[in-house]
Amino acid sequence: MAILARRFGPENLALAEDVVQDALLKAMQTWPFTGVPDNPSAWILQTARNRAIDHLRRSRQWQSKEPMAAGVVEDGLVSALRALTPRFEDEIQDSQLRLMFVCCHPGLPADAQVALTLKVLGGFGEREIAAAFLAHESAIAKRLVRARQFLREEKISTELPRPDELAPRLAAVHQALYLMFNEGYKASQGSSLLREDLCAEAIRLGELVASFFDQSHASHALLALMYFNAARLPARTDPTGNILLLLEQDRASWDRTKISRGLAHLTASAGSPQVNRFHLEAGIAACHALAPNAAATDWEQILDLYDQLLRVDPSPVAAVNRAVAVAKVRGAAAGLQALATMADRQAVEAYSPLHVVSGQLWLDHGQPAKAVRSFRRAWELATLEVEREHLARRIAAAEKACELSP
Amino acid sequence: MTKPEKTQYLLLFRHPQNEAEPSPEEMQKIFGKWMDWMKGMKAQGIYVGGDRLDDAGKVVKEPRGVSVTDGPYAESKEILGGYIVVEADSLDRAAVIAQGCPGLGYGTVVEVRPIEKLPHI
Repeated sequence: MAILARRFGPENLALAEDVVQDALLKAMQTWPFTGVPDNPSAWILQTARNRAIDHLRRSRQWQSKEPMAAGVVEDGLVSALRALTPRFEDEIQDSQLRLMFVCCHPGLPADAQVALTLKVLGGFGEREIAAAFLAHESAIAKRLVRARQFLREEKISTELPRPDELAPRLAAVHQALYLMFNEGYKASQGSSLLREDLCAEAIRLGELVASFFDQSHASHALLALMYFNAARLPARTDPTGNILLLLEQDRASWDRTKISRGLAHLTASAGSPQVNRFHLEAGIAACHALAPNAAATDWEQILDLYDQLLRVDPSPVAAVNRAVAVAKVRGAAAGLQALATMADRQAVEAYSPLHVVSGQLWLDHGQPAKAVRSFRRAWELATLEVEREHLARRIAAAEKACELSP
Repeated sequence: MTKPEKTQYLLLFRHPQNEAEPSPEEMQKIFGKWMDWMKGMKAQGIYVGGDRLDDAGKVVKEPRGVSVTDGPYAESKEILGGYIVVEADSLDRAAVIAQGCPGLGYGTVVEVRPIEKLPHI
């Protein structure tokens, strides 16, 4: 889609999306009888491109009063598209980088920039974007419509913005990659907990950004954070896809190469005049990745990093995670206290992990009945089948604890 | 003695036109299963070929100039979605293969026909 959007201009982004949708539909109608082609993405792109040419050819014939001139324009367009094929890989990388920065146009509200990037580069549906923002699907749909309208009306250029325009957009690009990774780290829908393809894609795009902005400390910090977390992906589910908690994971299956990539980027991210949330989150992820076993985890260090994180970015999601660290350092009661007094708790009431954490803390605090209630709430809010199965087991364990305690 | 040559069978996939469409999630699921099914047939070496058939079509029933109907089987309200050719030992085996089609149960009907190989002289 990035390639098509660049070729037709972002004001035709809707067209690019339409033809990609069409091509996907065509694939779903054709592949059942032919099997998946050797190069599925090239197939989709070629089909989408043919559709786009058809469409432009038609609309130009209808609109133009001078068919001769239209013919010339169309020939130019067609040959431009054909010429694209040999430079496939380069073009893809380049146009993805461009498009990320086009989507993050400062004329758009920050959330719209990120939503558009997720949609265009991550292939996110409205539901997945809504999950990333803890927002409603309809709100996201409106946001996207307005964003597209803006690009169309302002005839935003698809050329890479001037160097002095790039830096202000970098933050939104980072945020979009962070959320793309996050959706892969724990999917909001579908049959499996992880979507490794999204994690890999976010890392790949992150590398692209970091190699272009080599001096950007935040870009390196984001990459470090993604590498550390990606290193643990293979250990997060058992062979049948069930969720494994940090305590239960086989640390030997953590990816050492990714951990060392993470360390390299963490080093490159140092020396920044200001510490941002990616630095702190990468630090937290590093604490986990480098602990030889669960018992040796430096929770004091982690809590310290969470305290700093909340000062830089007072997000209620971070506060939920901080409560775990509080409990590890000062006990379950303190953890529960942290959950009870956190700021902006309202925003995460419908966020399943809040109730998972609270359930575990109640259990550790010797109040299994309250734990059951929290786990049930988490179960209701969970969107994945694997999550529900996992929570059902924890509900059962907490119920058993209820029977045992007087 | 040479081994008897395997017969090829034509699998024709018909979808009723007025059946309610499955939801996108369901569609995704069927599609995934269908891809697995195809992969399995290719791995076993029984898949010979196939393709989608476009929805456009004409039905010719009368001598030239009398009657040509638009649309594929417009009367019977079903669409020939595509075809696959497989190799099998017998019609029964071919039917078993066809029973693996994930579209079954969602309105798809598979017609299995042996392709008779007569000597071309």
